[in-house]
Amino acid sequence: MTRYLRTAAGIAVVIVLLFPLYWMVNASLQPAGSLLKPNPDWLPVDGTLDGYRSALSTQGGHLMASLAVAAGTVVVSLAIAMPAAYALAQLRIRGVQAFVFALLIVQMVPGPVMANSLYTLFSEFSLIDSYLGLVLADSTATIPFAVLVLRAFMLSIPRELPEAARVDGAGYWRVFASIVVPISRNAMVTAGLFSFLFAWADFLFAVTLTTGRGIEPITVGIYRFIGNQSADWNAVLATAVMASIPAAVLLVIAQRYVVAGVTGGALKD
Amino acid sequence: MTATRAPVRPKAARVGRGGQRLAAWAFLLPALAYIVLFFGYPLVNNVSMSLREYSVRSFYTGEAPFVGLDNYVAVLGDPLFGTAVLNTAVFTVASIFFQFTIGLALAVFFNDRFPLSGLLRSLLLLPWLLPLVVSGAVWRWMLDQDHGVINAALRAVGLADGPTPWLTDPGWALPAVIIVNIWIGIPFNLVILHGGLRAIPSTLYEAAELDGASAWQRFRHVTWPLLRPVTAVVLMLGLVYTIKVFDVIMVVTGGGPANATQTLTTWAYQLSFDGDFAFGQGAAVGNLLVLVATVFGLLYLRSARASMREEQR
Repeated sequence: MTRYLRTAAGIAVVIVLLFPLYWMVNASLQPAGSLLKPNPDWLPVDGTLDGYRSALSTQGGHLMASLAVAAGTVVVSLAIAMPAAYALAQLRIRGVQAFVFALLIVQMVPGPVMANSLYTLFSEFSLIDSYLGLVLADSTATIPFAVLVLRAFMLSIPRELPEAARVDGAGYWRVFASIVVPISRNAMVTAGLFSFLFAWADFLFAVTLTTGRGIEPITVGIYRFIGNQSADWNAVLATAVMASIPAAVLLVIAQRYVVAGVTGGALKD
Repeated sequence: MTATRAPVRPKAARVGRGGQRLAAWAFLLPALAYIVLFFGYPLVNNVSMSLREYSVRSFYTGEAPFVGLDNYVAVLGDPLFGTAVLNTAVFTVASIFFQFTIGLALAVFFNDRFPLSGLLRSLLLLPWLLPLVVSGAVWRWMLDQDHGVINAALRAVGLADGPTPWLTDPGWALPAVIIVNIWIGIPFNLVILHGGLRAIPSTLYEAAELDGASAWQRFRHVTWPLLRPVTAVVLMLGLVYTIKVFDVIMVVTGGGPANATQTLTTWAYQLSFDGDFAFGQGAAVGNLLVLVATVFGLLYLRSARASMREEQR
């Protein structure tokens, strides 16, 4: 019986902590006028999709831009991090510890420092307002993380496996491509998932490395939307709901990987 | 047999090792090049920028005269410096304290298996996965003085008679952004601490129970000491991440009102990008932040090194 009391208490905790998310959905469905009433409506009884219509027409392009940047970041991060993780985990070289330390330290560099310097670097190579620029900038956060998560996983691959392939005459590239990569699929999903979520959520690089005249990711879209004097809150929050979809979808279909990523990135060195 | 083979083997092994070293560097090269270009260069460049008079014009003319430590003198002498340092400290300490205690309480609560515990626990991850701009936008709406649900709820339960000006009053703005940041950080603490709790052998609890230990005593004498390494990691990571929080503050208050929520991070951003375009001063503040982050980063590495040594074995 106490077990069910625990469940009830657990549900209460979830309701309290997730209330802001309910409130976001609720407000996104309310007509703009009823958001300004002194006592808010607790349920979207006069629900309308107007907010979503207006959000899609003004923010749809930004959603697509974010999608492209996030997908590009996943590709670049994995392409660079996979071979590096393999070398650090499976091949014996000196300086592995130093490199891993370096990856940990660079993750601690505050964002504005990166943005400051990347701005000057990018303006020299006309990478401001470009997909490539944002992908490369977002990868500064995702590559160190991906290398660490992938390496932690690859340390657990028994060395006999690649060594047997070596004895059979396979080159290092062959071992990497046909043994290490397939085995590491789950860790790749974890690293890729977090790379996607990071790039999708990135605000700092998006706001500093774009001018608003070219591409503009959804986070900047929301930010400018709020900054707008006549903030149309139900459309703002409808945009926020749409920007939350990747996180929600990933949590539902890939929960295992999410937890692996949270703990893997933090604890497995 | 060994006699004929013995001279050959070391040589073959040496060649093999050399080949492996070469291959390893080839696999590592893209990452190495990326790190040098996108971390090494920015960090060096940031130091160089902080020693120059860097303005919007510098981008067109390419001229940024060397001014020595002038930017640092200007930044340290700015009355905003003290404000930003104090705000950063208060924001960081308060955020971490509450994230950790609430996260730990929830981790302990969810550590006992009961129906739906796994599902409920993973639902609580959602606030952590959402883009910070989204969370910021939602809270900004909830904290709105006239139309926000927080004030409406406080009024409904009789905790406040008038509306609280959360985001417009300099006295309330910092507590408001801290509350938002605590909410965002709870899931991370919950997940890591929960992982740490699961690693504690249940036999220890059974033994303690047999000895007649109360729930509090079991926590105090079994859970807490055994959780210490994980606690250290969570707190250090929390510190390193919280010191550089940017998105939350930018979206909820923008550093205002009257700089009441200005931290070193938002200030560095504003110096460089928001109106001032004083890139040299922005870089100077940024470098001070790097310094602070590095100190805490090294402390983190010290606490994480033990687990790394384990792994190397």
